[in-house]
Amino acid sequence: MCQVDEDYHDGLERAEVPSVSKKCVKCKEASAAVVIRAGDTYCRGCFKEYFIHKFRAMLGKNRIIFPGEKVLLAVSGGPSSSSMLSQVQEGLSQNAHKKLRFLPGIVYIDEGGAVGQSVEERQRTVAELQAVFKATGFPFHMVPLEQVLDLPSSVVVTAPAASEQPASAYKAAVDHFIQSDSSSCSTAQDHEQTSVPEVQESHTQLLQQLIGSAQTLTARQDLLNTLRHHLLVHTARTEGYSKLMLGDNCTRVAVKLLTSISLGRGAQLAQDTGFADSRYGDIILVRPMRDYSAKEIAYYNHMFSVPSVFIPGGDTKTTDKASIQRLTESFVTKLQADFPSTVSTIYRTSEKLQTACRNSSTADQADRCLLCMCALDTAVENASAFQATLTSEQLSQNKPSGATGTENPRQNPAPVEQESTAPSGQCCSSGGEDCGRTERGGGGGCCSSAKEPERTDLKSLLCYSCQLTIKDMSSLERLPQYILSEAQRRQRRSQMREEISEFLLDDGDEGS
Amino acid sequence: MCTFQPPTARLCCRRVSHALFSGEEELTVHDETTCYLTQSCKTYLVYVRKVIFYQYFSSCISSPHSQFRPRFIGNFVKMPVLCSSCTEKRAVLKRPKTGHSLCKGCFFWAFEEEVHQTIVAAKLFKPGEIVGIAASGGKDSTVLAHVMKLLNERYNYGLELMLLSVDEGITGYRDDSLETVKRNQQQYELPLKIVSYEELYGWTMDAIVKQVGLKNNCTFCGVFRRQALDRGAIMLKVDKICTGHNADDVAETVLMNVLRGDIARLRRCTAISTASEGEGVVPRCKPLKYAYEKEIVLYAYFKKLDYFSTECIYSPNAYRGYARTFLKDLESVRPSSIIDIIHSGENLSVREGVKMPVQGTCNRCGYISSQALCKSCVLLEGLNRGLPKLGIGKHHRLHDKILSQQPLTEKEERKLKSVDF
Repeated sequence: MCQVDEDYHDGLERAEVPSVSKKCVKCKEASAAVVIRAGDTYCRGCFKEYFIHKFRAMLGKNRIIFPGEKVLLAVSGGPSSSSMLSQVQEGLSQNAHKKLRFLPGIVYIDEGGAVGQSVEERQRTVAELQAVFKATGFPFHMVPLEQVLDLPSSVVVTAPAASEQPASAYKAAVDHFIQSDSSSCSTAQDHEQTSVPEVQESHTQLLQQLIGSAQTLTARQDLLNTLRHHLLVHTARTEGYSKLMLGDNCTRVAVKLLTSISLGRGAQLAQDTGFADSRYGDIILVRPMRDYSAKEIAYYNHMFSVPSVFIPGGDTKTTDKASIQRLTESFVTKLQADFPSTVSTIYRTSEKLQTACRNSSTADQADRCLLCMCALDTAVENASAFQATLTSEQLSQNKPSGATGTENPRQNPAPVEQESTAPSGQCCSSGGEDCGRTERGGGGGCCSSAKEPERTDLKSLLCYSCQLTIKDMSSLERLPQYILSEAQRRQRRSQMREEISEFLLDDGDEGS
Repeated sequence: MCTFQPPTARLCCRRVSHALFSGEEELTVHDETTCYLTQSCKTYLVYVRKVIFYQYFSSCISSPHSQFRPRFIGNFVKMPVLCSSCTEKRAVLKRPKTGHSLCKGCFFWAFEEEVHQTIVAAKLFKPGEIVGIAASGGKDSTVLAHVMKLLNERYNYGLELMLLSVDEGITGYRDDSLETVKRNQQQYELPLKIVSYEELYGWTMDAIVKQVGLKNNCTFCGVFRRQALDRGAIMLKVDKICTGHNADDVAETVLMNVLRGDIARLRRCTAISTASEGEGVVPRCKPLKYAYEKEIVLYAYFKKLDYFSTECIYSPNAYRGYARTFLKDLESVRPSSIIDIIHSGENLSVREGVKMPVQGTCNRCGYISSQALCKSCVLLEGLNRGLPKLGIGKHHRLHDKILSQQPLTEKEERKLKSVDF
């Protein structure tokens, strides 16, 4: 043990005590104002330059946002998205060095109804944010989460992507934009006064029942996240935006990555955390704040007084173990305090993952999760964790009458029989066709079937992780209509395909 | 006064009683606790009993009364629970993996059957193969040896099983656990081979710790053990090695590799068996990959298996400890998360063009290595030269020098020496 002490002693001697009067590492003139990482001290001016450059570099490097494109900024009021808003504002200002060339708009989703805030509280927050948004001069949309109940089912259908853009297209588009009169930019910035839609109390109640039907906070947060995404994408579609900017910062991405792994979303990991996410097809989700740590953003917001609004969420003031999301967040932040490279290492892991969905363009509608819109990862492969779970559940439940010899399994031939029956049962419950379902569908007619969807029915349309969320819900009848009707539509289609399967020559692409 | 405090129970029982006792026979409640219950709660209790009697658990998740989950009942009502599998015997345990209550017999059956399914589905073994079971004497390997022998006989795998142990030379730890392995050998009547670090490398862990101290000594032990197992396997002429890695271990490794940003290992670590490449490498597999650690302990406990349960005296294991605690916390929030993490790991897709280490062979000993020298040769060289830090961290630049047996410069030597005191 002495040796360990020795090491520390050695380290202490070498380390210089950071002094207040340290010079900026960049300009080496002005005295430093912030320490971003150990050893990286910046003065006020250089820090601002560094911060702004990072944002432009992120957009410039990825070349996803084309000049003149309409981009919707999802602003929650938190530090990270507020900072994103101020960066866009900065980039569009007349004196900007390299002007951004897209047309921004703002969307705010008011989740107060789901969290149980009073009407007065919600109005106050909305008014506060409205003031911030008005000051930017961008068009903005204040959308209460209650609107998720009235979405059309087209939201959960991947729209065909705007034609595939070759790499050279970006350059051409920039040239074209520069040549054409840039006045279109300013005309689009007409103030579009969006009034806050009235929220009916009954809608709020329905929403609360929906969120409340998820019995664990983990599932509740996951559900809320999904609904929020649907509403954001729908708003972008109806208002004619083609990109959606999210304010996830580096710390957030790291937490999200670990959370996703813990929730069984390994297949969707890259889409959940990558820079661009094209799961919705026509609307591309972009995360331009991925490079900033939460600390940098906090410094910037503080030093350059970027306004942000605190809005309590579902996990505010809860214990660490309240949900998986919360637990992961506290794990990462605590580890980050001891090992300062934690967040950046996890973040770099996400960089190495495949961003393009394996079959994003070819994937049939039926092969996508009804909730998270990612490609399904529930094909029962031999020797997979998913199959192991199914086996365990089957084995611990009531056994078929064939295998009763639990007292003396060694001499019982029954297990052998069990072995042969088990795999077929598994395929049945998770594959495209479920024996129980076809029976029901044939008897009662699909359209007139009961309003409450069978859990097993819905399960076959969901990815592994969304199945877990649904498992934690007490009832499914509270799910918004657009999800339920799309589920019915998909089931009808798969039934139809089942009926005509013998006449199909190929695994038809016609289905999509 | 009603002892049912939760309002949900009080609220629901009225509905329940209304629904249930319209025409059905009533069951008597014998528990004394019911004396303090209001009439409606009594009917609720009767309902709960019925639920248990009719094994309603499985279907009640999708029923409108899904408030009555087993967990809820378990918290507030004490009464014998019947096994959810055979519905005859009294359940003695709640499976950590699925939450079902099972009797002893059904649990054993389910556990063994799951391992069997894993082996069959992943096609781990072929008839006639000689399989070495890596036995440390701990719970995982003891259960593995027991289950492998049992399944081999029950399903006629046609395997020849052997026990393979590594003696790291840790006084007060490995010598004791090896005693357990020797007892197991007699109980299971399997041949046993023990390979020791001393005969393979000329160093015991005790001697290594004396030189390198308590920091980083696990690096030596881990690297040497991997190779020692392979060498032992070759001596025994086995075709495959199976190790006792359980679901918790695999999930923990997934988390560790994310935290370390090791994408190559992240991709490999969820594979159930290693690809059989290269000379001198025996393929390994993990038949217990989908078995929860807790279930392994339960199995060993109820089977009264003889195992050794002491932590290694040299392993403070700092960073892995964080991942371990995190995993245990996750499991307590959502028990399925261990399997969920493995599912994630199995479905990860790595971006094309990410640099991956290429498997080659060590220029000195011929063992698989991604560098010019394999890790254990570098570590050994460091030990023999009195520069224990040679193998800690990355010193690939020095590999050529070591190979051509050139002396290191003074500056390099100073860096690699352990701190004198």
